[in-house]
Amino acid sequence: MPFIPHTEADVKDMLTAIGAAGIENLFDEIPAGLRIGNLHGVPDGLNEQEISHLMLERAERDGRPLCFLGAGAYDHHVPAAVWEITTRGEFYSAYTPYQAEASQGTLQLIYEYQTMMTGLTGLDVSNASLYDGASGLAEAVLMAIRGNRKSKSHRVLLPTTVHPHYRKTARTIVKNQGVELVELPYDPRGGNTLAAALKSWEGQDIAALVIQQPNFFGVLEEVDELTDWAHARGALVIGVANPTAMALLRPPGQWGTDGADIAIGEGQPLGVPLMAGGPYFGFMCCKQELVRQMPGRIVGRTIDRDGRAGFTLTLQAREQHIRRSKATSNICTNQGLLVTAATIYLSLLGAEGLKRVAQACHEQTRRLVAALTENECVEPVFDRPYFHETPLRLKVPVEGVVRALHAHNLLPGYLLGKEYPELGDALLVCATELRTDADIALYADHLNRVVAAQTRAGCPVQPKMA
Amino acid sequence: MSNIPVELKYAKSHEWARHNDDGTVTVGISDNAQDQLGDMVYVELPEAGQTVTAAEACAVVESVKAASDVYTPVSGEVVEVNEALSDAPEKVNQDAYGDGWLFRVQPSDASELDALMNGDAYAEFLAAEAH
Repeated sequence: MPFIPHTEADVKDMLTAIGAAGIENLFDEIPAGLRIGNLHGVPDGLNEQEISHLMLERAERDGRPLCFLGAGAYDHHVPAAVWEITTRGEFYSAYTPYQAEASQGTLQLIYEYQTMMTGLTGLDVSNASLYDGASGLAEAVLMAIRGNRKSKSHRVLLPTTVHPHYRKTARTIVKNQGVELVELPYDPRGGNTLAAALKSWEGQDIAALVIQQPNFFGVLEEVDELTDWAHARGALVIGVANPTAMALLRPPGQWGTDGADIAIGEGQPLGVPLMAGGPYFGFMCCKQELVRQMPGRIVGRTIDRDGRAGFTLTLQAREQHIRRSKATSNICTNQGLLVTAATIYLSLLGAEGLKRVAQACHEQTRRLVAALTENECVEPVFDRPYFHETPLRLKVPVEGVVRALHAHNLLPGYLLGKEYPELGDALLVCATELRTDADIALYADHLNRVVAAQTRAGCPVQPKMA
Repeated sequence: MSNIPVELKYAKSHEWARHNDDGTVTVGISDNAQDQLGDMVYVELPEAGQTVTAAEACAVVESVKAASDVYTPVSGEVVEVNEALSDAPEKVNQDAYGDGWLFRVQPSDASELDALMNGDAYAEFLAAEAH
């Protein structure tokens, strides 16, 4: 069957078959007052030549800067084979096929993805992916409330060390569902969530505690202590994890005595390039006993009536097309194409390769911090261990420094002051395995000159070595 | 024709209720309901001690075809649930009125049972529904 939908002849045949004069007539039922007419602000279409020109111009404007920016999306090396294979005709679809079982190759790929993700998170089950890490957190919050039958409350503790965008997205999605998201403060010295911050919730009914590892600041949380605290009080634990870091750190399934119950996160670091905020993909894994509360598609392996191995969508009774309003979620799809890339990425790297990537990220970030803090106007904000990013405080106004470094085609990091005003002139810096020692030296060199120019302009800082 | 014991009471949502000698009410789904749903794969039960209100969804029976809510026919406190179903949900198919029971309620108002159908009325209801 050719995938050319709706030729003029097809359209005419279909309209004749149902006795409609034209496509417009199909919309007659919508009252005129509700119809929007022309869309204002949407320009006419462009031809191929025009759109190529426009996109090239936009791409050039990007400038391919040297990137020390992380904060949720990370600039990793993607082996050339990843997208070469992903964009083959057999894989090149962004969507779960509707006749799922007719596409055994796609289902096998998702099954293998799920297998790898359960290995990476240390949990029993994975779904076929969600839209992104942020919406994944919202889904995990709703799932934990459904799954925690001991708790009568709809209260979930959400440390402020969780990515601010994730917290906002979760709030947007759950706010009309009677869910109370309680933000927890962090330790101003360590940048982590202290068990002491949980003290005031002692004896209260809590459905779940969210823990991000490493947290938004790149800092490592005391995941064991926090997990055990929550479990001892009947709360479930939602781990928000960086997939690269999990190759090096103990995965959520091994936190504390019993492990986190649900793990979610942003899958972008696994073979998805940085691109204007997306599309990325969210991963979600959980313990076996919560599987019926898990949103999204799940692929299972089975045998057909002749005893041959095959793959199938499973546990669909949880889903919207069967359970309607009682479904676990309105998510009935997954990020198929990006999951394809991630599966190929993980296959090419293997467990050892991913671990080496994680080690290299950590090592380069340590070198970056060492190089930048040689400048006496730059110091670490927190004193706790970090993975591949950490905040640095500048003793000069940070916005000006960032603007000047942008002019050198360098992305120096994420300005924390907007989301965390108490941190003042703080910059969240990140180095992945892609940042060489020369890149780091270049950043330090530019930073020293920019800071020197600013201090000459009247900064109160006195050189320590004078 | 499905099995409809005459001594039980039935709800339009296909639950049965048995008024036990000790005053409690045992609840399950009818033989017709299990037959329509097909092979059970999972049963989600309320918690013992949970307070339920008549016509409230408090359990889910999931088959290979669908997951359906089970509504309690009487208000009260859940005093016992059929734990055996967590490992053997197929008991609901095999013995809907016996080993396949779901939960037992201490009713706060046993007269709520009067609002339910008797066996004959349920048989008529099923016949009418089939048309």
